[in-house]
Formats: sequence, C-alpha cells, structure tokens
Amino acid sequence: MSTVTCPECEAQIGLDAGTEAGEIIVCSDCGVDLEVTSIEPAAVQLAPMEQEDWGE
Amino acid sequence: MQKRLKIGVLYSRVRVEEKWIFAAMEKRGIDYERLDDRAISFDLENPEPWRAFDAVLERSISYTSGLYALRLLNSFGVPTVNTAAVAEVCGDKLTTSAMLAKAGVPQPRNVVAFTPEAALDAIEAFGYPVVLKPVVGSWGRLLAKINDRDAAEAVLEHKATLGSVQHSVFYIQEFIKKPGRDIRAIVIGDRVLTAMYRKSEHWITNTARGGEGELCPITPEIEEMCLKATAAVGGGVLAVDLIEHTERGYLVNEINHTMEFHTMQPVSGIDIAGEIVDYTVKSAVGGG
Repeated sequence: MSTVTCPECEAQIGLDAGTEAGEIIVCSDCGVDLEVTSIEPAAVQLAPMEQEDWGE
Repeated sequence: MQKRLKIGVLYSRVRVEEKWIFAAMEKRGIDYERLDDRAISFDLENPEPWRAFDAVLERSISYTSGLYALRLLNSFGVPTVNTAAVAEVCGDKLTTSAMLAKAGVPQPRNVVAFTPEAALDAIEAFGYPVVLKPVVGSWGRLLAKINDRDAAEAVLEHKATLGSVQHSVFYIQEFIKKPGRDIRAIVIGDRVLTAMYRKSEHWITNTARGGEGELCPITPEIEEMCLKATAAVGGGVLAVDLIEHTERGYLVNEINHTMEFHTMQPVSGIDIAGEIVDYTVKSAVGGG
C-alpha cells in the first residue's frame, strides 16, 4: 500500500488498492479533501474548492 | 473490417461513477481516453485531434466547462453524450422549466423576475411559502424556502448584493409539501432504467444532503411522465426528479444531465455505468 503525506496536517495516509489518479480522498486526521495526482509515485494535493457551477 | 471505435470520457474528478464508467469501458474492450477537463484545450482552427473520437461522454463536474466543451465538440461534428443542446437546457433550471411548460409536462408553478422589487411583488402575489432557486447549481445548494415577507426581503437583498449577476435572475417556485421523499428516475434514451425514493425529514431530499435511497417501482404513470420530461429537454442520459403532489400527482422538479448514481446503482442492482457506456457507443459515429 502506498503512503502519502497530508499537505495540510502532515498525517501519513495509506492509499487503498484500486485508487486512481483524479480521485478525491479525505484525510483521516484533519478531514481535508485531497486529490490523488499520481499513483506511481503516490502523490496528493489539496483538492480544488467547490465552485458555484459544480454539480451533476 | 469494421473500424474500432474510440471514445473520450471528459471528467473533472474520478468519483465512484467515473471509476464504474472506466471499468465498464475496459470490460467491453473499448478504446477510450480519459480527458481531464482541467488539462485539455481546443484549437478552433484545428479540430482534427478531436475528430479522432467517435463519441465523447461528458462527466465534467463544472457545468460551464462541460457545456463549452460540448458546444465545441458538437461544432466539430463529434457526437456527445449528452448533446450541448440538452446540457444547455438541463444545466439551467429555469430553461428546464420553460421547456417542460412548453411541452405541457406537469411541474411546480414557477415565476421569474429580474429585480428584488419585482421578485417581491411576484412572491407576494404567489403567496407563502415559496422556494428561491439559483438557475445554475446542484446538490441542493443555495435553495431558500421563504416563509414570509421578512425572509423574502432579506434573501432577495442578499442575492442581489452578494451573488453573481446570475443570482439576480430570481427564479421563484411554489413550495410543495413532499411526503418526506421525492423520486429520482434514470432515463437512458427511451428507457426508464430504474427509480429510487430519496427519503429525508428535511424539505431538501437530495442524497448529496443526506437523503437516503430506497427502490421505487416504475409504474406506467412514472414511466410516461419521465419519458415526456426527457423528450421535452432533448433526451439522452438523464436523471428526472419527481415530486408527489397530494392532488396534482407527479410533478417534474428538475432534470440532471451528468447525474451521479453512487446510491442508485447499488440500490437498484442495475449496471447504470454499463448502460451509459452502451448508449455512448450507440451514439458514436458508426456505433449504432
């Protein structure tokens, strides 16, 4: 299992098998939304803030 | 030998729906490409790279990006699911209401005004409570139930002062007292695939706001209403939200064109992602 560091609180977060680039995960320590930007090597960044026109 | 189709999937975030869609593409052996809407660009003088796609499935989370991408792709002659024309109607709730009214599809009563003063007059004539809705938006955000004149004055002033220009299109809807639930139905082409009750004690029953899903039988009445509603907006891969009115029966509340189905797929047991992929293939150049 790959591990990444939360850029907000520096917690170590394990990525589940099957995680894909572009997926949003939640930091289990601080609760911030993180976007998985790469799997190999594993990397995350703070997810973009929700915009007014976002939706389904 | 038949040419192998190439499908593009335009997305912003890989939500569970996109994971299911990618998996369905792979299961069918489809040549597909993931198109992150934050990374792409369109050269209007050179549409050829885009014409390599036999169809593009649009799953953008941003209505604006998705809509413009669809307009460009359709202008290049690339088939899309959904079409730009459908996205234009469904992404703007007021335009959806106008199309439903034109087609005679039952819906809550709506009035529109462009200044707070005219909106207040319209609300007073309408009677309380009413719901103020943004014309563009989703997940139940920024809906306001207005119970009296004081609330109307406050919310109208806030919208006019704090909101973007679009918030000064005052879209006022009759408040319907729901029986603690509404209905979401998935329609693909001319088929109502499945339907689900969304239950909540809150007046906003959206599952993005905590509403819970439970399978809803597709009665002939629901089926007819959904097909009339989707035909009114141009058809495609759509989610129709219905409200049950105690006297007037089913009313169409809104129609979504890039619907989420993370609750519906497990509740229904239907492979909605697979159905969307099959429909996209059928929509492709030479895919029918």
